[in-house]
Amino acid sequence: MEPFLENSDLLWVAFGNTLTIALAAGALSFVWGTILAAFRVSPIGPLRTFGAVYVEVVRNTPLTLLFLFFLVASTPLLGLTIGLGVPMAIVAMTLYTATFVCEAVRSGVNSVQVGQAEAARSVGLTFIQVLTHVVMPQAFRSVVPPLINVYVAHIKNTSVAAGFAVFELVNFANRFSNPYPAQVVALFFGVGLCFLAMTIPLGLASQSLEKKLVIHR
Amino acid sequence: MSAQQVLYDKPGPKAIFRDKIYNVVFTLAFLALIAWIIYTANQRGVFNDRWSVLWDPPRNQTAWDVWSSLLITGLWGTLKPVLIAIPIVMVLATVITVVRTSTKWWARVPARVVTEVFRGIPVLLVMYFGVIALEMKPLHAVVLGLVVYNMAVVAEILRAGIAALPNGQREAGLSIGLTPLQTTMQIQLPQAVRIMLPALVSQAVVLLKDSALGFVIAYTELLTTGRRNYNYFGEESKVVFILVIAAMYIGINMLVSRLAHWLERRLGSRSKVVVAEAPKVPGALTAGGVGLEARTPDDRR
Repeated sequence: MEPFLENSDLLWVAFGNTLTIALAAGALSFVWGTILAAFRVSPIGPLRTFGAVYVEVVRNTPLTLLFLFFLVASTPLLGLTIGLGVPMAIVAMTLYTATFVCEAVRSGVNSVQVGQAEAARSVGLTFIQVLTHVVMPQAFRSVVPPLINVYVAHIKNTSVAAGFAVFELVNFANRFSNPYPAQVVALFFGVGLCFLAMTIPLGLASQSLEKKLVIHR
Repeated sequence: MSAQQVLYDKPGPKAIFRDKIYNVVFTLAFLALIAWIIYTANQRGVFNDRWSVLWDPPRNQTAWDVWSSLLITGLWGTLKPVLIAIPIVMVLATVITVVRTSTKWWARVPARVVTEVFRGIPVLLVMYFGVIALEMKPLHAVVLGLVVYNMAVVAEILRAGIAALPNGQREAGLSIGLTPLQTTMQIQLPQAVRIMLPALVSQAVVLLKDSALGFVIAYTELLTTGRRNYNYFGEESKVVFILVIAAMYIGINMLVSRLAHWLERRLGSRSKVVVAEAPKVPGALTAGGVGLEARTPDDRR
């Protein structure tokens, strides 16, 4: 326990950085991912193509490579310089997680049966009304559980930032394994618990929501 | 059944005209975006002779030196832990799945705990643990990280596959006198593997992408050799090597994803088992990856 007790201030810094990246990139990727999903279900061809190409390219790129791109290639290629550390982590993780948010939202919208919207239109609802009263409430049910799983993966992915000069939880374990050689196992165990404290409740929430929100057709 | 049909009626003449205008506008917008990227890159001299590093490299190197380092050292370094990890994952995941379907609670509960815990911690943490606490070689640590995480996920996929089978399969197995273990191994698992094959292949993409984490723990794989190359050839070659590596990853992963889709179609038409409902895997969206939910319902075209 010593490495945690004697460095509790640094532990909070590390936890804070993990949370900052997870929350900031989480919120941004939700916005960008929803926009991408809207692109992918829109009736406008070019938007669909853009969404599909973006998702296919970014989803098939390892997150580590995305970090490396912003570290060495984005400046000479696009003149785009992003501060090393937390800002870079937020940008890379936003672009990456957005692809998974997009796919979760798109699957949810597509899971609504055509007849639902047709029925809504046939009783004279406008496009906005169809969306807000019929399609969205049903899509929401199929989107939330997978979306929570996206964010469980997202929280764990913040650890990649440890390799790119961010002092977060995994980096904390890495750094203090040197001064506390006898406590290495406890150190990793503790950091693992910190992650489980975030991921397991979310996972359980996803499972119970899934049971609760299931649509009986 | 595409989303347009859910959200929009069949377009009338007015809507078709409007859509045509939008089409032109957005096509122009994206062409402008691409043009801007090329223009900016060109302004910064990206299209100069720096690309010749790929066929006629400077500093006493040959094209063979560059490509052998990228392909033989790098790509093989990326594929090696994947090829070692996959069989181990398959065996361990099968064991966990069998234990999880056990009739004894004292066997089921630990297996559940193992899957939940190993699914919830970052792969990189396990890799660091291998290097620092277990004093493993980087290769072994990468394999450890990949195995620990993926066995939990694959076990969960297989469990979902078994859950999706009709109950009659298990009942029939038991009624002809097979033991519960035999029923799981000989009746349920083979069918579960079959219906979950696309998900399992997608998980292989995740595993491949996660092997790039080896870069962080100083394992020699594709990113590491790319960095060695651009450090040697200098500032200008950075863009070249990053883009080449990205193209290699995206190419390989797209190939594997296509394989998953192909398998899905092939098996979809031949499967004799009537699956009660589309199998769902809670938490299958993963550390770096192509998730299941993201692929299940509608990607099956």
